[in-house]
Amino acid sequence: MNVAADKAACARKTALVLNVDEARMVSALKEAGDKLNGVASEAVLDFSAVRRVDAGTLRAMAELAGVAEARAATIVLRGVNVQVYKVLKLMKLTERFLFVN
Amino acid sequence: MAVTDAVEERAPSPSVSDSLSADRITYLDGLVSQAKAAAAVFTQYTQQDVDRIVKAMVLAGLENAAHLAQFAVKETRLGVMEDKVIKNMVASEFVYDYVKDKRTVGVIREYPERNLMEIAEPIGVLFSITPITNPTSTVLFKCIVAIKTRNAVVFAPHPRAWRCCAEAVRIMHQTAVKHGAPEGVFSCVEFPTIPDNVYLMHHKDVAMIDATGGPGAVKAAYSSGKPALGVGAGNTPVYLEKSADLDAAIVDIIISKTFDNGTICASEQTVVIDDEIFDAAIRKFEELGAHICNEKETKVLESTVIDPQTGFMQPMAVGQRAVDIAQFIGLKVKPNTKLLIAEIHGVGREHPLSVEKLFPVLAVYRAKSVDEALQVCVDVNHAGGLGHTAVIFSRNDEVVRKYGVAINTGRIIVNSPGSIGALGAVYNDLVPTFSFGCGTGGGNSTTDNVNIYHYLNIKRLARRTQNHMWFRIPNQIYFNMNAVENVRRFPSQSTVVVTSAMLEQMGHAEIVRRHVAPGAHIHVLVIPDAEPEVKVIARAVETLVAHKADQIVALGGGSVIDAAKIMKLQYESPQADLQELAAPFLDLRKRVVEFPTQKANTARLVAIPTTSGTGSEVTPFAVLTDKASGRKVTLADYSLTPEVAIVDPQFVMTMPKGLTADTGIDCLTHALEAGVSNYASPYTDSNAMQATQMVFKYLLKAYQNPQDEEARSMMHNAATIAAMAFSNASVGVNHALAHAFGARFGVPHGRANALLLPHTMAYNAAVPAKFMPSPYTQGYVAHKKYAALADMAGVGGETVEEKVQRLIAATERLLDDLGFPRSTAEMGISKEEFEKAIPDMAKAAFEDPSWRSNPRMPLMSELVELFRKAYQGRNGVKAELKQ
Repeated sequence: MNVAADKAACARKTALVLNVDEARMVSALKEAGDKLNGVASEAVLDFSAVRRVDAGTLRAMAELAGVAEARAATIVLRGVNVQVYKVLKLMKLTERFLFVN
Repeated sequence: MAVTDAVEERAPSPSVSDSLSADRITYLDGLVSQAKAAAAVFTQYTQQDVDRIVKAMVLAGLENAAHLAQFAVKETRLGVMEDKVIKNMVASEFVYDYVKDKRTVGVIREYPERNLMEIAEPIGVLFSITPITNPTSTVLFKCIVAIKTRNAVVFAPHPRAWRCCAEAVRIMHQTAVKHGAPEGVFSCVEFPTIPDNVYLMHHKDVAMIDATGGPGAVKAAYSSGKPALGVGAGNTPVYLEKSADLDAAIVDIIISKTFDNGTICASEQTVVIDDEIFDAAIRKFEELGAHICNEKETKVLESTVIDPQTGFMQPMAVGQRAVDIAQFIGLKVKPNTKLLIAEIHGVGREHPLSVEKLFPVLAVYRAKSVDEALQVCVDVNHAGGLGHTAVIFSRNDEVVRKYGVAINTGRIIVNSPGSIGALGAVYNDLVPTFSFGCGTGGGNSTTDNVNIYHYLNIKRLARRTQNHMWFRIPNQIYFNMNAVENVRRFPSQSTVVVTSAMLEQMGHAEIVRRHVAPGAHIHVLVIPDAEPEVKVIARAVETLVAHKADQIVALGGGSVIDAAKIMKLQYESPQADLQELAAPFLDLRKRVVEFPTQKANTARLVAIPTTSGTGSEVTPFAVLTDKASGRKVTLADYSLTPEVAIVDPQFVMTMPKGLTADTGIDCLTHALEAGVSNYASPYTDSNAMQATQMVFKYLLKAYQNPQDEEARSMMHNAATIAAMAFSNASVGVNHALAHAFGARFGVPHGRANALLLPHTMAYNAAVPAKFMPSPYTQGYVAHKKYAALADMAGVGGETVEEKVQRLIAATERLLDDLGFPRSTAEMGISKEEFEKAIPDMAKAAFEDPSWRSNPRMPLMSELVELFRKAYQGRNGVKAELKQ
């Protein structure tokens, strides 16, 4: 494979970007997990619209982190508000994700 | 002691948890895990969220009060169902009434006047032990408090009360979740055991333990290494004092002691009754349904309801009715007997009924005096009831207070039932609770009635405060040639003019005498022109007393004016202890020793300086020497400041050149140090800058041409103006060094200042090795302040650094022009001698209070270095500036 093709494949792999909707966070996280099981090596989840997370979301995030770790993939959380960040911190989940603002 | 202890006293140790099966550990971990997630999620909730949930829970508690009471009585076989309903309702409604309007989320309290704000932070997962005696009410209470504070709780009830508690937890959890609380916020260990408790107490995700129970549970909680609220057993003494409303008191005691069959640990245990009312009180008890045991019955009671081996109550009696207990032990009592009463004659193991009895058996003691009554109550208090609850019935406020002081309990209930009174909010304004903090006496961390604030980490957000500052100077300052004429403005019957022999010989005292208000008796008191000495002051005060002085005119240099300040102090306040008043302080407003305000005599102090440097005429300082002890005493207080300063240049026209230079540089040092001081303010800055400008303009002229009236006049004013600055902004490290150096080598103050001044300016202008903490300043500005002073001095320069260098250079030139020796070597001090002295001088300088307002905190090593630079002279300054 030449360099251009390599880059293109890489771009395809890292193309997964999901906007997480507060009303269907668990399903969005599961979708991300499924795609990581496919071709993506990195998923960017946009949390800008998420004001709060619940226990179900925390479980789904822990599972997603597990999938990513098994696949050596990276999960990037974008736009996480500080309240949600604090919840993730308390649950020791922050070390399993990358955060960008 | 609660019956929980019959089990818990068999001291669990951490190793017990090793005996838990893997399944059990998984089960317990699961409870904590879901609580942990719930607590984390809960951190996002708002005050409105939790208030909405709490209200729903409270309503659920009230709706289920009877159901839970019945369940509790059925399971535990303790207490009275009707009373447990009341307890459940108090735990819901009364607690709600207390918490409903309280903020527990985000900013909970603000103190704008203190620039303080308190912010709530939840604790996380609590592990909570609840007792058999108040099972469901304690659960309801803790659930409401936990939700209000956004915490999750894993409950471990007493093994014989876990089902009713689990039901209470279920109702609370179901209601809370229905109204938006996170899943898993409450859980209850099923079939709880001591190994379960030990495991959970040590669980890594449990943030705090709240153990309500006997001493065993409390001790285990505190021993776990986790933060804990441990609230345990009591032994409530009651003093029924002769002034009490007997009818009301007896009813209150019966209400309390029979409430839920005496299961509340705050209930009355031993009633100490004054002899005068003892018989009447006993009759009243009997009339209202108590059975008074005779000696034989008392013996039976002692040997059956109290375990003779342990000395503690027998679990079988706990929470049982009086008639049932009587029947069980074979006493014949009336069918409606509410209470069994037995007289005791002492407290301790020999008197079994003097301990805690969580059933309707009450000990009574006949006291022959108030003192005896208090002593017996203290004995009961110390027999297992430290920190818990005590009760007094009395209308004698003095006795009530005495009781409050003597008894060591977190709650001292007055003229009301102990058990319900201690719960709070029913009979008094105590915080409502089902957890009584018992203080260190009970092995607890608090004496409070536990409630919401114990379930929170309260963070204090402290904004920087701007302390009040001041600018205090004499009421009146008169200046310019012949300003002395203003002395006549001040009415006086008797004026004492304090001066030196030389000034009197020069005729200066006579000039002053001529201007004292007509009709005044005038006495001229000549004192040595040297630092005032204790004996001299004492004799001078005798003179003031003898002449009944109402005015003191101090005519002289700093020493004479300082002497007059101390004379005035001792004349007005003969009890003033000068050594005590000289105690060190860091902040004038917080000083430990205060100057006297009550005065035996009063006299106005008019200060007329005859040198242009110390500024003593406007300062609040005075220095005194005690030759007998070899000590120097520095006094500082604004009450020492003269009322009037007269700055008349006629008295300095003949000042010798050397003195002109020395005092002039002292003045410059005052201005420069006040200018960069951490206590500097716009008020002092204006004076420091003005004085700096005047010194650079006029000092050399006055030195070179002593008859230059303008120069003399301006330098005389400059000294007073600089003193007004340092009176309020203080001085700095230069003075600390100069004091130490001058004292060691007998160098005049101005000369010592001159030697060190360029070095300390360079030192302060550089980036400090250690910044001085100061609430008065924002950032490090000393170099900028020097630059501003340089502008005033007119030395030129563009950048701050350039201006600082030019100011130092101008100072050095001035020193050279005034003929000052510029190094210790030039003063004839050998290097060896100086080096030998440095450690002591550095120590003395460090102990000198002058540097406390210096912008840069001097390290001992830096003081040593500054002395060495002073030895080197000019080269030292260059080296400092390069740093």
